[in-house]
Amino acid sequence: MPREERCRILIVGAGPAGIAAAWAAAETVDSVVVLDDNPAPGGQIWRGEENRWTARLRGCGAHVWNGTQAIAVLDGGSLLAARDGEPLVFRFERLIIATGARELFLPFPGWTMPGVTGAGGLQALVHGGLPIAGKRIVVAGSGPLLLAVAAHLAKRGAIIQAIAEQVPLRNLVRFAAQLWRVPGKLAQALDLQWTLRGVPHLKEAWPLAAHGDDRLKEVTLRTRTGVRRFACDYLACGFGLIPNTELAALAGCDLRGGFVEVDEWQQTTARDVLCSGEPTGIGGVDRSVVEGRIAGYVAAGRRNVAEKLFGERRRVHAFSAALARCFALRDELRHLADDETIVCRCEDVKLKNAVEYRSARAARLHGRCGMGACQGRICGPALQFMLDWADPSGRARPPLFPATMTTLAAVVEEESTHV
Amino acid sequence: MVDAIEVTVNGLGVRVAVGTTAAAAVISAGAACRRSLMGESRAPLCGMGVCFECRATVDGVQHTRTCQVVCRNGMVITTDAA
Amino acid sequence: MSAATIDVVVVGAGIVGAACAWSLARVGVKVRVLECSVAGGGATGAGMGHLVLMDHPEAEFALTRYSRDLWLRLAPEIPPEGEFRRCGTIWVAANEAQWDAARSKHAWHEECGLRSELLDGTALAEAEPNLREGLAGGLLVPDDAVIYAPCVTRWLLGRSGAEVSLGARVSRVEQNGVVLSNGERVACGVVVCAAGCATAELFPDLPMRPRKGHLAITDRYPGFVNHQLAELGYLDSAHGSASESVAFNVQPRATGQVLLGSSRQFGDTSAEIAWPMLARMIRHATGFMPALARLVVTRVWTGFRAATDDGLPLIGPYGEAGNVILATGHEGLGITTALGTGDLVAAHILGHAPAIPAAPYLPSRMGARAHG
Repeated sequence: MPREERCRILIVGAGPAGIAAAWAAAETVDSVVVLDDNPAPGGQIWRGEENRWTARLRGCGAHVWNGTQAIAVLDGGSLLAARDGEPLVFRFERLIIATGARELFLPFPGWTMPGVTGAGGLQALVHGGLPIAGKRIVVAGSGPLLLAVAAHLAKRGAIIQAIAEQVPLRNLVRFAAQLWRVPGKLAQALDLQWTLRGVPHLKEAWPLAAHGDDRLKEVTLRTRTGVRRFACDYLACGFGLIPNTELAALAGCDLRGGFVEVDEWQQTTARDVLCSGEPTGIGGVDRSVVEGRIAGYVAAGRRNVAEKLFGERRRVHAFSAALARCFALRDELRHLADDETIVCRCEDVKLKNAVEYRSARAARLHGRCGMGACQGRICGPALQFMLDWADPSGRARPPLFPATMTTLAAVVEEESTHV
Repeated sequence: MVDAIEVTVNGLGVRVAVGTTAAAAVISAGAACRRSLMGESRAPLCGMGVCFECRATVDGVQHTRTCQVVCRNGMVITTDAA
Repeated sequence: MSAATIDVVVVGAGIVGAACAWSLARVGVKVRVLECSVAGGGATGAGMGHLVLMDHPEAEFALTRYSRDLWLRLAPEIPPEGEFRRCGTIWVAANEAQWDAARSKHAWHEECGLRSELLDGTALAEAEPNLREGLAGGLLVPDDAVIYAPCVTRWLLGRSGAEVSLGARVSRVEQNGVVLSNGERVACGVVVCAAGCATAELFPDLPMRPRKGHLAITDRYPGFVNHQLAELGYLDSAHGSASESVAFNVQPRATGQVLLGSSRQFGDTSAEIAWPMLARMIRHATGFMPALARLVVTRVWTGFRAATDDGLPLIGPYGEAGNVILATGHEGLGITTALGTGDLVAAHILGHAPAIPAAPYLPSRMGARAHG
């Protein structure tokens, strides 16, 4: 029999959205449980960080389960999870999904070489103890995350060789003009500029190839003034964020345009399931926090309090829209990979094989694209962007993440009568 | 090093700071985490447990995502690329 | 009848439809295959891809023996992505009664000139170290094999040279051809219906029901299991018409992944995982192979077998119009019997003698009754 926990409100994800939801809900609700698969709360953006929000989580009375992976949504309001190989079943009355986002990786020659990481990915690895002082880094891809990562690594002694942003300067200017919408963002931006003074910040620039023997040595970038090579130890490269909608899909929530569909109360189309933060739309910390708070209050039955945050949410949604507009991916990025470039890393499927198929489903069934351990989390969004198949592989298949047979075997029949 | 613990990576002892992930320990030891199907060396890409490039055997458990595991004193890590 | 004068539409590009297309096209028949989704996307892609000799009932024995033989002869031509592996099956005997059954099967095989080998407890443990101690023994059938059916399906279709239309859903079968869901008519002389469970949408009176099964596949563990393993109790599960059952059925994939089945349920037509059923299947399997417990499962899914009341497939003419040949209702043996089915279908259409008696599989054996 698996260990069973009951709670009124279950929150999956202890990033900004999950933390904010827990803090809001726990004001009036006793049994609030938060699950997160990382060793400590904070999600990606606050990984390894102590701030007023992580302190609020600690003090609010919610029961936090770290190192706990959500596996499957069972019938009748319960979630199968696993921690240290032990199965757990969480029974809930309401579920708040706060599963955040992951980076979009686009394939290019050499991208599978050790030394090529995501932008947020490198930051996460450094938080996990990867030595970075004195290492030469090229940061590339798209989005405000690039500057944040570059500054963060520079403060830890990394040598930032260049930052390559694929949008033109005018987009960045337009984006900067939006920063007033969210308090504190302007100050953040200025701090970043100061930290990164002297670092070449190339616009309309993107990676063409990563070079090395068994490890990265050098990166070739396309720039406005021609091709440039940079010797480096790491290429931290990410092209924006993809919402982690898989748990919501498994819970029966409708998706629209690749995001979880929610109403003004952060409620999804699945009964008693709410969703906040990046899975509803990419918008960074501020969007995650306000949506998390709204969901927490709604789940706790306090719509009148939630409503007071609608104005703030409108402001951050406008910021999200600006973000999407300013950092839209350019067409050239669809064609970075050549025939021999591996597009599905788990199964070593090359582009020349992937293009044989006319749908994501056929590529998976016949070509093994997305059949490996990551179940298409990495190659799915990339191939969708590159090949524009009609059936995006957003359909989630259980388990949410790999689970042992022991965990899956732990589910027992409900004692209640079945229809 | 203050607050250091010791783990082994492919039989080699490695000292790491408390709170270091198994993935970082592997990289510090100069090993690659994984060999792909075609034999390529692979290292962590996403740092957050979704890319599965960081898989290694940790304390006998195969296919463990090392970027999601914090080192414990005496942890034994074995990689494909050994 | 001259092949060149016939034109055939095959409904369904699963492995049975592909085999029918190949059997017909290679003797000069004009064939067009209509598939609503992707080749091998139905039961073909959901199942285990096991090529297995089944000893009972007699008609199943005849068909699986004949078809398995065709597969073994075709094997050298199957491309790498078809993952053909002659790994053999070991039928595991958990107790003395099952060991006796294994001995009877072995005697039967010897009588028929088929290869099999009895493994006592010690030999079984040597062949499969991850099986638990204390099993009575097993029967090794070395000529059984495993394929990756979706790729073999795609290959067979390509090889056949038949015209294949994907995304073409047949909504009605008529005297002179079929009608697609978009209204388009495709004229033909003969319609071969190899649409599996979807056949019920075209012929609602057919006595066929979907039988749901669960599967789980792991990350790579090369060498964990060497043969397809099935418990002798599997035969009770498959042949019985009990509402719900599980059986021990585990398979090594060419990738080193371990594929686990099997479960059977009538009545549940939702494609969603029935988690307690899956759990029951896994618990049952770990009873035979405790080491399974620690394996990491990457994905679980369900599939639907087209099951007839008497457990035998429907291969042959159907209906009054005289232009429909069924090739469906294979339950869990569609992949094994695909090539044999293709040959029987070709024999029906071309009017020559089939390689094995066709009578046991004729749809007319079911009478005109609808499923109640």
